[in-house]
Amino acid sequence: MSDTWKDKLYEPSDELIAVENVNYEGPEPHTEEEGPREELISIDHVDLSYSGNTGPIKALENINFNIFPGEFVCVLGPSGCGKSTLLKIIAGFISPTEGSIKLDGNEIKGTDWHRGVVFQHPPLFEWYTVRSNIAFGPKMRGVPKEEYEPLVEEYLKKVGLSEFADKKIYELSGGMKQRVSIARSLINDPEILLMDEPFGALDALTRESVQDLTRKIWWETGKTIFFITHDVEEALLLGSRIIVLSRHPGRVIEDIPVSFSRQVIQDCSTDVKFSAEFYKYREQLLRLINSQ
Amino acid sequence: MKRPKIERFLTIGTVAAIFIAWILLTTVGGVKELFIPSPKSVWQAFIDTFRDGYKGSTLLQHIGTSLKRLVIAYLLVVVTAVPLGLLSGYNSKIRAILEPIIEFYRPLPPLAYYTILVLWMGIDEGSKLALLYLAGFAPVYISCVAGVVRIKEDYIYGAQTLGATKRQIFFYVIFPAALTDVFTGLRTALGVEYTTLVAAEMVAATAGIGWMVLDASNYLRSDVVFMGVIIMGITGILLDKLIQLIEKKIVHWKGRA
Repeated sequence: MSDTWKDKLYEPSDELIAVENVNYEGPEPHTEEEGPREELISIDHVDLSYSGNTGPIKALENINFNIFPGEFVCVLGPSGCGKSTLLKIIAGFISPTEGSIKLDGNEIKGTDWHRGVVFQHPPLFEWYTVRSNIAFGPKMRGVPKEEYEPLVEEYLKKVGLSEFADKKIYELSGGMKQRVSIARSLINDPEILLMDEPFGALDALTRESVQDLTRKIWWETGKTIFFITHDVEEALLLGSRIIVLSRHPGRVIEDIPVSFSRQVIQDCSTDVKFSAEFYKYREQLLRLINSQ
Repeated sequence: MKRPKIERFLTIGTVAAIFIAWILLTTVGGVKELFIPSPKSVWQAFIDTFRDGYKGSTLLQHIGTSLKRLVIAYLLVVVTAVPLGLLSGYNSKIRAILEPIIEFYRPLPPLAYYTILVLWMGIDEGSKLALLYLAGFAPVYISCVAGVVRIKEDYIYGAQTLGATKRQIFFYVIFPAALTDVFTGLRTALGVEYTTLVAAEMVAATAGIGWMVLDASNYLRSDVVFMGVIIMGITGILLDKLIQLIEKKIVHWKGRA
């Protein structure tokens, strides 16, 4: 690691922020100049420690940021930086050791359907068909059948699985499974969709198509998405904001707005990834992550 | 598909080889009828008991009596051990109550506690059913607990984030997810109950395939003993196949998920 990179680490990365975002009109992260905006999720001084053999091991340290409605937040970081742990805290699977985390101003305690989760290995119910898997949420919540049935068809269509509605889960490919998983969460109309490296296990082509789908859904529904990935390109092509965590313990070391996903929507192609600007962002983020 | 054919051939070949060895031993080998009765006399014993019966009951009645005991005890196991096992897997407090009892009696030889059961429930059907029931309960209970504990927590988390309550998770997620293990337990239980059957029919029975074999052995009727054992073996295989068939129908995703 040369000194230059070390310096970059501790200086605020001016260069990243200085890149012009002339086309960007989408949701933007909160900045001081803008004045307060109504945050959806507020993460306040969150610490998380595991108890290890030689005392507590810190996984997350002083995490502090807000997520605003309509944002597509991508969290990047080296493996083992606690990004999945952060998602689990927001989902309510685990509680932070210190600090507080709120949804619409209310402390998050345990899980509920207002925060939908898409897992890396979708825990779909093999005993049900695709349709019944998607209908699971509304059915459990006691939504009347005649109300959720048309919704299920709508979401099947949205994720392009109408023809596979009556298939069993084991008949689906990995990409299709992830589509079912997304539809299953979205049908509940959660306030935020939490996605934990959802496409990490997919092949390149499938991955691109589910990325497109996710981007499209975000754009069309205005849903807030919190997306964990270790893939810099994926974060740049999807996110409206990128947060980088450091390794051991996970701390926020970068938090920047990006606009490539909007460009992808406008151009109907991911060619933007060949632009000089994209390249620059990619390099910077990669260096930042690898310098950990 | 050449491989399954070879395996089928091997299976049939093995059975045939044993059969041929049996014939050779009893004819050319000159083994006494008492030790290994010839296939011919076993067949004759089968025809005789089938037509005239053995000590008051026909062969079908003997089989029927045993199967009735087996099925009643088995159904009792299904309706009690499955829910209790699943609940124990889901709720550690229930498990803490039940597990010591089951862990204690499970390794005991059935004959050891059969005398106590006879003392409590008399020498009639009650104690026999209780013995078979206890023998079948443990394997089903244990595999149900294992089935629930084995479920990946993401399944539970997933259901929770979709809005399911604890109760709903139990019925719509835990139960179906554990079904593969439940069936493993059910198959094991059938085998264990079958092996316990002879023991159950040792005391004060007048009919039953197990009793028939025991009684015949007292009179050194090796032909009847052999015939009874072969019939028990075949019915055991048939019952197991039946459960496998039901399993395939219900747990259609097994091995494919």
